[in-house]
Amino acid sequence: MSDAAATAARAAAQLDRLSRWHPAEYVFWALAAASLLVFPSRYLLISDIALTGLFALSLDLVLGYAGILTLGHGAFFGLGAYVAGIAATHGLRDPLLGMALACAAAALLGAATSLLVLRGSDLTRLMVTLGVAAVLLEVANRLPALTGGADGLQGMDVGPVLGLLPFDLAGRTAAVYSLATLFAVFLIVRRIVHSPFGWSLRAVRANPLRAASIGIAVDARLSVAYTIGAAIAGIAGALLAQTTQFVSLDGLAFHRSADVLLVLVIGGVGWLYGGLIGAVLFKLMQDQLATITPQYWEFWIGLVLVALVLIGRERLAAWPRALWRRVAGRQPA
Amino acid sequence: MLTVLFDGIAYGMVLFILACGLAVTLGLMNLVNLAHGAFAMAGGYAAAIMVNRWGVPFLAALPLAFLFAALLGLVLERLLYAHVYARPHLDQVLFSIGLVFMAVALVDYTQGSQQQFIQLPAFLRLRFQIAGVSVGAYRLLIIAVCAAVALSLQLILSYTRFGSRLRAAVDDPRVARGLGINVSLIFAVTFAVGSGLAGLGGALGAEILGLDPTFPLKFMIYFLIVVTVGGTASIGGAFLASLVLGIADVAGKYYIPAFGAFAIYAVMIGVLIWRPQGLFGRVATR
Repeated sequence: MSDAAATAARAAAQLDRLSRWHPAEYVFWALAAASLLVFPSRYLLISDIALTGLFALSLDLVLGYAGILTLGHGAFFGLGAYVAGIAATHGLRDPLLGMALACAAAALLGAATSLLVLRGSDLTRLMVTLGVAAVLLEVANRLPALTGGADGLQGMDVGPVLGLLPFDLAGRTAAVYSLATLFAVFLIVRRIVHSPFGWSLRAVRANPLRAASIGIAVDARLSVAYTIGAAIAGIAGALLAQTTQFVSLDGLAFHRSADVLLVLVIGGVGWLYGGLIGAVLFKLMQDQLATITPQYWEFWIGLVLVALVLIGRERLAAWPRALWRRVAGRQPA
Repeated sequence: MLTVLFDGIAYGMVLFILACGLAVTLGLMNLVNLAHGAFAMAGGYAAAIMVNRWGVPFLAALPLAFLFAALLGLVLERLLYAHVYARPHLDQVLFSIGLVFMAVALVDYTQGSQQQFIQLPAFLRLRFQIAGVSVGAYRLLIIAVCAAVALSLQLILSYTRFGSRLRAAVDDPRVARGLGINVSLIFAVTFAVGSGLAGLGGALGAEILGLDPTFPLKFMIYFLIVVTVGGTASIGGAFLASLVLGIADVAGKYYIPAFGAFAIYAVMIGVLIWRPQGLFGRVATR
């Protein structure tokens, strides 16, 4: 009896330790905030990185934690962008309200499609997610009255954030707004991941059968995780629409879903900072490469993906750690 | 009405040729290869270049397109794909998407982004009236070729030594290896033939599907639907799934043009709700 109590206490203590903030995390967010002061000329890039990071974070919840293989995560991103954009063209100027609407719409779509996604194997999931994204793209294309069709949605009028910060041309508000949203959502996701719910997701990913046999409602957990991931992707989409004041079919295109996979994989799947670090690396790389070969930039994405897989994701992730250990080990104690 | 059915059958037949290689690699070998369409594009472009620039007769260009795509598949299989068979699905997805992006950019860079047309010989542009139905010679050729391919595939898989070895290698690679079957050779040959068939389909179907650098992305979902809906128990499943898909797509675009593109997705979702493992499936993937 006391044995069981001791084990439970030890487990609780370990979970508690795992959920505590690591010093490096404070450093990360301090650097993120500092970037606003250090690179005032790159506000737009900072905003872009923040919203890409948020998008990748939402994918990480679905793919990294819940283990659902998806090729259509861009659908929720695009839906969020369109909802926020359409709200702004129809006189709903408050950006936070638009974002809430986008989040709700994406969550609804996520909840509805999660029923389809739960059925079948990895292969069926790939197809269904791909199919949902394709249907959405087709819908947006066929409703030019609402979405602007192939020309994109124009004439968005976004009011100041909280009634205080109007969006400016340099993108200062955009950067602050995106980073703040990213941080707020990150806190929520961090809480989710370290909650019993988050641990049950990891159990399901590792072994669905065993998870079910210890009483985890596998399907329900997965569909909740998928819905949350969709909602966050919707927020990221709303950020894109509001900060760039433009939405096009590109927001729903297949390469969105593929790019975000790459972002997440660069940073590392299955840990909270993977998407964020991946977004920084990806966007900086894109920024550099796009100036050299703007048109054939996708070739290099492809090359990176192929190389990543052939070298091995685990091996790549192990290098920095080994390097760190060597550096740390050589330092005089 | 019958013309629509006829066109739908031709379209479905092309889809079958394109996707049957994937049904084997993805369905049986359990390799998620989203780059399958890139081989089809390679075959299509090879045929287009041979016919339009070098003046090779169309009918001779078809087997050459097959050979070109098969060779490409063989090289890539040995160099790259062989390393990802045992990887998790996520790695395979990333890897093959990477290949698709590279293929799209490469073709765009070397051939331009405009749509390619293969000049058909005059006798393929004829139209006949058979029992009141207007029938194009080109589509008739497609149906004939594809039916022949489907039939021979089925026969090879079920009656030849190679077919039984392939089935053994797929069912349990370790035991097959223990019995002296050269599993990696069989996989390589299968992959090459599958890619070659995709190339043949790309060359044959360029006229109805449209051939441009985004081909692999556009038809990725179609291939996946054929494989998942058809299940992997037999070539017949993929064949019937392709026909259903082709007819649904053509009929949908013809009768309700406003929602035509949704027809196939409706079919797909309906099938998945009804039979998650595919219409003719044992289990879609293991």
